Amino acid sequence: MKVKTDRKKTVKRITGYVGRYRTLAALSLVLALLNVSAGLYVPILIGRAIDCIVYGATDYGKMGFILLNAVISMAVSGLSLWLMNEINNRLTFSIVRDMRNEAFLKLHRLPFDYLDPHPTGDILSRITADVDQLADGLLMGFSQLFTGVVTILITLGFMFMMNPLITLIVVFVTPLSLFVARFISKHTYDMFGAQSGIRGKQTGLIDEMIGNLKTVKAFSYEEKAMERFDEINLRLEGASRKAIFYSSLTNPGTRFVNSVVYAFVALFGAINVLSGGMTVGILASFLSYANQYTKPFNEISGVLTELQNALACAARVFELMDEKEECDDAPAAKQPADNVSGHVECRAVDFSYDKEKSLIKNLNIDVKPGDHVAIVGPTGCGKTTVINLLMRFYDADAGSINVDGKDIRSMTRLSLRNSYGMVLQDTWLRHGTIRDNLKMGRDISDEEMIKAAKEVHSHSFIRRLKDGYDTVIGEEGGSLSQGQKQLLCITRVMMALPPMLILDEATSSIDTRTELKIQDAFLKMMEGRTSFIVAHRLSTIKNADLILVMKEGNIIEQGSHGSLLKKKGFYYELYNSQFV
Amino acid sequence: MRHLLKYLKSYKRECVLAPLFKMLEAVFELFVPLVVASIIDKGIAGGDKAHVIKCCVVMITLGAVGLISAVSAQYMAARAAVGFATGLRHDLFKHIISLSYKNIDELGASTMITRMTNDVNQAQTGVNMFLRLFLRSPFIVFGAMIMAFTINVRAALIFVVVIAVLFAVVGAVMYFNIPLLKTVQEKLDRITLLTRENLTGARVIRAFTLEESEIKGYGSANDELYSRQQKAGHLSALLNPATFVIINLAIVVLIYTGAVKVDAGILTKGQVVALYNYMSQILVELIKLANLIVLLNKAAASSDRIYEVFKITPAIEEGGRSAGDKPQDASAESVGFYHVGLKYSETGDEALTDINLSVKKGETIGIIGGTGSGKSSVVNLIPRFYDVTSGCVKVFGKDVRDYDVKELRNMIGVVPQKAVLFEGSIAENLRLGNEEAGDEELNEAVRLAVCEDVVKLKGGLDGMIEPGGKNLSGGQKQRLTIARALVRKPGILILDDSASALDNMTDLKLRKGIGGLDYDPTVFIVSQRTSSVQNADRIVVLEDGCIAGIGTHEELLEDCGVYREIYDSVFHEG
Repeated sequence: MKVKTDRKKTVKRITGYVGRYRTLAALSLVLALLNVSAGLYVPILIGRAIDCIVYGATDYGKMGFILLNAVISMAVSGLSLWLMNEINNRLTFSIVRDMRNEAFLKLHRLPFDYLDPHPTGDILSRITADVDQLADGLLMGFSQLFTGVVTILITLGFMFMMNPLITLIVVFVTPLSLFVARFISKHTYDMFGAQSGIRGKQTGLIDEMIGNLKTVKAFSYEEKAMERFDEINLRLEGASRKAIFYSSLTNPGTRFVNSVVYAFVALFGAINVLSGGMTVGILASFLSYANQYTKPFNEISGVLTELQNALACAARVFELMDEKEECDDAPAAKQPADNVSGHVECRAVDFSYDKEKSLIKNLNIDVKPGDHVAIVGPTGCGKTTVINLLMRFYDADAGSINVDGKDIRSMTRLSLRNSYGMVLQDTWLRHGTIRDNLKMGRDISDEEMIKAAKEVHSHSFIRRLKDGYDTVIGEEGGSLSQGQKQLLCITRVMMALPPMLILDEATSSIDTRTELKIQDAFLKMMEGRTSFIVAHRLSTIKNADLILVMKEGNIIEQGSHGSLLKKKGFYYELYNSQFV
Repeated sequence: MRHLLKYLKSYKRECVLAPLFKMLEAVFELFVPLVVASIIDKGIAGGDKAHVIKCCVVMITLGAVGLISAVSAQYMAARAAVGFATGLRHDLFKHIISLSYKNIDELGASTMITRMTNDVNQAQTGVNMFLRLFLRSPFIVFGAMIMAFTINVRAALIFVVVIAVLFAVVGAVMYFNIPLLKTVQEKLDRITLLTRENLTGARVIRAFTLEESEIKGYGSANDELYSRQQKAGHLSALLNPATFVIINLAIVVLIYTGAVKVDAGILTKGQVVALYNYMSQILVELIKLANLIVLLNKAAASSDRIYEVFKITPAIEEGGRSAGDKPQDASAESVGFYHVGLKYSETGDEALTDINLSVKKGETIGIIGGTGSGKSSVVNLIPRFYDVTSGCVKVFGKDVRDYDVKELRNMIGVVPQKAVLFEGSIAENLRLGNEEAGDEELNEAVRLAVCEDVVKLKGGLDGMIEPGGKNLSGGQKQRLTIARALVRKPGILILDDSASALDNMTDLKLRKGIGGLDYDPTVFIVSQRTSSVQNADRIVVLEDGCIAGIGTHEELLEDCGVYREIYDSVFHEG
């Protein structure tokens, strides 16, 4: 039952998308009508023409006139079919384009607590493969469902005009065909759903393995990966075979019903001709109709299975679109003045990713404008979590974080994030030129870009690349070294400096010599700006105005370098390990 | 398409039987117009009701037998098509993971993913439909023509002409459509790339508040896809109406000339109706055929794209040039570099130039140098992730290219820069290093890599790691990858800047643990901090792909300017 209502909802939503192109859809319907009625008129005319044929006494004049009409009808039918195809293409492609755009928009509204734990491959397969399948299904739906239904109705009308009795026989036998189709499609929906689910899993595995191929190779994981792949692959084979086989039964099933109908028409038609109720020509038209009338049932049932698949895919797409979004910016949120001074306070902040396990408890910090805050602690102690909260990638569970005295939840994310410059440990570069990767679509001149590159000493290696700043780098930075990628990310931030900075292990892969050279640039960059630095290097830590020492999600000590050393606590231990 | 046909090999029976059953069904269908002709000419003309009833029973029987053949055919086709796709996916995946570092750098993951998913699906649909319909439709078309010949040779000539014209039209559409569909796929690739990038880079994009421009960029890529689809759609839209008009014109001609023949007593009226029915059957089949051709075009384009991946040969060829060679005396040298040069691309500059280094068994070698000086390149050559472009690298006295790649890599424990773990339990991940390792050995490695806390946090060795290690921090992942390498108890251990996300305390514990290993591995530590390498037996200093100095910490401080500079930079910091 649930499946059924879900399906109804999915169908309703797809109809909503079609509704946006009402004019096109209406035009398509009109053309379908024209195409089918003109097309169906042809057999009548042919039947009449056949009746003109009499051994030795054929009326060529009359027949010629009828055949001329037939030619005109078929021209009209052909032309409208062509136009209809064009419109249907446009309709489907537009709808799918809209859906893709919306899904992509959704991507940017999803909170990180959805994105972080969900495999990239699965989300990817929803936006690409599933939308594609939906497109195929929709196109078939438009081009054949419309015409199918119209054909059935018009044929019935024509037949009724020619002979009501035989028409009634046809009407009573054909529901069998519908019944067969319904029965099969009901069962295949679940099968296609299962297939789609396994396929998503497989895409996830492929993404994981191919995305990390280097690790796979280093550990000769190939065989293990193959094993895992084959296990899913075999399950997919089973599910696909079932789905494809059962769905393909519709056609032969309805075709059999058709041949029964055809036989009945022939039988009763012939008896009727014998009793003088109709002519051979009409029987010929009738038989032609019986064929044409039942053919749409075939097609419709074929389309129905395709639509089952499309619906299963659509459901997955909609599922993504219905995911909870990041909460809206507060209604009263205004773009704050450009001159954020950089006063950051955390008041009694609680936060954890997993509601079962608490992580940060009662975090209190007060950072004056222009202060440099170093966050230190053993690996995995939650340093990155603090940054997730400051940037509002996640919202605190309790307490508040204020910038310039205003709760960050009362401002727009855009304005909050715009007032931070961020360099992450995880260097993300995209397929494109170095220039695109540095400018990131911002309005920055080449001079400014090169100036920044020189300051962080990335200019020299960029210049040595094949096409300098126009060198195209592959996905995820391609063949650049980790350190080079980090330099590029620093350059990216350096080019436009917001009032606050977050540097998360920004220089972990850069050699100390280069780092030392960048240091000046960093200092200049941090001057007068509230900065949060996750770092291991003592020089950065020592000069910080405030050091937050973290352990297991909590800030266990805070203060300046001197005061913390005097305390002889955890920081003291940490500091001394550097020189052992 | 033909390159992929071998995946149908184990389904020969199905591939023969499916079309055969379909043909059988078609044969029964082709008899129907003859039965109708008989009803008209014998039953109606002769007023024979019993004959009419008999004919109708025959028609229903034909339908029933047709149903049985069709169901068998569908089953065979589904089996063959799905089996084809399964085999193809298996091989494609196997091929992709056999590619070398160099290939991976060049190709990028998203292209390979679309080929493994979308394209294989399209090919599967293509095979399925091909088996089901492609033989049936031509068979009905030609069958109808042959039947027409049995009725009247001159009338049948019309069929010949019509069929020739139809095939020309269909062929032309196919010819022009395939390249268009290929461009559609290219645009689709771009869409996949952008989606993937936006997923992996979500943090950066939001931090830079680039959502709007990303959405705009995606929108225009999507528009391009749309316009390509439209373009390819114009041709396929023409196919159906064209066939419809051609067939119906033929029917008109058929009726007119038929009339003349009936008039002259050459044909009966029933035969004209039969000819007309055959022509109608051709029309019905052609509409199916036209839809099928669109589908097959797509499948063919997809097959080409799949085959492109198969055509890429791994840049590293399986070794065994002189596999008979026994490794030389192991005590002498564990790793040796002899005049090694390396270029990543043929046109580019050398990444490494004339590297010479002989490392004794059990030695610890530090490798230090600036960003992009070639540190990683040096260690990547040892497990043969890349091949040298000049000189040679020897492991235990034998050229790495003479080893079986797997055998070579099994001797080496690598901790790569990028810490990657796979979905599965911690134990499963650690056992990548050595499948036979017992829990005891795993725990030992965990202890050495200072990640007991991580294991405890996740609930022991059976704790689950999410895809891509998403439920772990960078440092946690890094320590687990170190443990993974240690489980192997490797003869050679390579730490490629593996401690970058570790704090000093952990780093120190780790180095102490490795120093005390009882199986005495040769260790390569790549780092940018002199503190990480200063206790090494020897330190190699790299500068722009050349060796700038080799020696102990003290020696290098003495006479290597580059090293001193690096050291001072740290010292300055402390």
